[in-house]
Amino acid sequence: MNPQNNTHSELAEKFNRDVERVNWHDKTLWFVREKRDKAAHQIAEWEQLREAASQIKNNVLSNLHDYLIEFEKNAVRHGVHIHWASTAQKHNEIVHSIIKKHGANHIVKSKSMLTEECGLNEYLHQQGVNVVDTDLGERIVQLANEPPSHIVLPCIHWKKEEIGELFHQHLGTPKGNADPQFLTAAARVHLREHFLTSRVALTGVNFAVAETGEIIVCTNEGNADLGVQLADVHIACMGIEKIIPKRKHLSVFLRLLARSATGQPITTYSSHFQKPREGQEMHIVLVDNGRSERLASDDFRNALKCIRCGACFNTCPVYRRSGGHSYHTAVAGPIGSILAPGFDMAKNADLPFASTLCGSCTNVCPVKIDIHDQLYKWRQVLVQNGHTTASKKTGMNVMSQMLSHPTVYRFSGAVGRWVMRTLPLMINNKFNPWYKQREMPKASTQSFRSWYLNQRKHEQ
Amino acid sequence: MMNVGLFIPCYIDQLYPQVGIATLQLLERLGLSVTYPTNQTCCGQPMANSGFEHLTQGTSYNFVTNFSEFDYIVCPSGSCTLHIKDHLHDEGHPDKAISIRKKTFELTEFLTDVIGIKKLAAHFPHKVGLHQSCHGLRGLGLAQMSELMAPPFSKPESLLNMVTGLELIELERKDECCGFGGTFCVFEEAVSVKMGQDRIADHSNHGAEYITGVDMSCLMHLEGILRRQKSKVKVIHIAEILNSVNK
Repeated sequence: MNPQNNTHSELAEKFNRDVERVNWHDKTLWFVREKRDKAAHQIAEWEQLREAASQIKNNVLSNLHDYLIEFEKNAVRHGVHIHWASTAQKHNEIVHSIIKKHGANHIVKSKSMLTEECGLNEYLHQQGVNVVDTDLGERIVQLANEPPSHIVLPCIHWKKEEIGELFHQHLGTPKGNADPQFLTAAARVHLREHFLTSRVALTGVNFAVAETGEIIVCTNEGNADLGVQLADVHIACMGIEKIIPKRKHLSVFLRLLARSATGQPITTYSSHFQKPREGQEMHIVLVDNGRSERLASDDFRNALKCIRCGACFNTCPVYRRSGGHSYHTAVAGPIGSILAPGFDMAKNADLPFASTLCGSCTNVCPVKIDIHDQLYKWRQVLVQNGHTTASKKTGMNVMSQMLSHPTVYRFSGAVGRWVMRTLPLMINNKFNPWYKQREMPKASTQSFRSWYLNQRKHEQ
Repeated sequence: MMNVGLFIPCYIDQLYPQVGIATLQLLERLGLSVTYPTNQTCCGQPMANSGFEHLTQGTSYNFVTNFSEFDYIVCPSGSCTLHIKDHLHDEGHPDKAISIRKKTFELTEFLTDVIGIKKLAAHFPHKVGLHQSCHGLRGLGLAQMSELMAPPFSKPESLLNMVTGLELIELERKDECCGFGGTFCVFEEAVSVKMGQDRIADHSNHGAEYITGVDMSCLMHLEGILRRQKSKVKVIHIAEILNSVNK
């Protein structure tokens, strides 16, 4: 895990010490962004689809209570056990109680960002339950004892040679073998054993249909299906915002999700789970964990529309050059930077500043979350709540005073330029972060204003 | 005749007066009556983007005082224009602030949408890369954004195409951020510089002699890196190119 006291900029600075790695990380993710562009270009009505998805999600958020009740009613009708968890802790306790009831001490889990958010793996580990992540990328980071660095591509920061070494250590593959096909086959054998012996399978949820009480899980590896089909107990964990009203709305979201995420037309598996097969038990845990509170906020509500496609990660020029772990939170990237302060302002006060507000995230978002506007708004909220440094506060106060008074501004400007020209070492030193890798602008002898006044004088 | 107020961002006033001069000369050559209100300072964006929007009352008041009388306000910066359009508030004069928001234009959108110029007398015989600054691009919609599935257009590019001798180069990533980002450039120094280096590499790999754009702030950041690299590539504000006539 990352040391929690490090800020994004400190962690990003460390990441940037290895230039080759940054270049590779940036290019790998930019390639995914380009694949997304190509896939989206093939859909003439792409922008209308985004608008439709956005409106459906707006409707869901405005009527969430009713849809949740409808979903519960329909799921229960099919013999599914529904659990409501107000917090991450409650969620973890519920999941553990189900596992305990069945006397299991190890489970298989397909990808679920919600369980990352809740810290489920660690919790279960403390209770003596071994969790095996079955998504290949997730398994890789799990073996490396790391959190995922990307919500869709959890081990995108790992090179294949490093994975070869990791597998050599943990799975006994031959040293130096980094052939992706070979390593995948090795992982397959390793995971198969866990699939066959786990009585409990946990999955995430991409969409939950109120009308039918079914859940939809999208994977490329089929690991959710294999886990669920082999286990006696299926536990599906979802945030309450994953609801969509009707099955027909899936046609909008399934077209957007994989294209936005990886540039595929659709995920290899879009699996619908509606009722347990005979002799099986099916549980759905619906988690709030701060979502109701967010729903009440006009400025930040719309982040709940997120379908976790990761498109904002791939397009973000900062994410690509700082890596997922620099965000020190389960969901990194631009969307993570507007979600995380909602969970813990003090711990995540740096994240809304890990952006240039370039707005690319908002443009790729398939459900049109105004991510960069929310980053701006979080900055205001954080400062208002005192989550800023004394030096920044002082600096901003001085700057505001100076810029509010034209004569003070002009005097300071002239002095500043004089210093830049006459005593450059006062500015060009190691205490100036601008100067570390950039030259200072050349200071001109006169301001535009003085040129203008001179000019006008001559004209008269 | 329309009465144009020239809004010159503080850092241009102090560090890049030639950009203000080019903007003024360009507008005047189009026959416009242009006035520079001499008590202007800053739009307030440096505070607002840092989370201190509540400290922008003074700059907003000063801006409204300086600019409310004009028919149009023109500014050679996408970023500062966007800040005025999105955030200008003045509790004492709310109507004036709203009216200013509507009549403030970035230079290239003013030339394209308001004046509707079809030709320019400019000559600039160089290979030029256009840096699409984000606030101009995604905030003001100066050009089509690469993320959207929509027909292409570009106001700055169509103006540059009117300049004789100028060859606009293609880029690998035509609208990626340069990493300036206001105070981001110092608080996230490592990523900021890396972003700038990568943008520069894209331009220089494609043979740019000059990198131009509608925002001197992005160009100032790129210039700082270029000069540290001792590169021959130079930055130049788009107003300076559009104003490149034989004087």
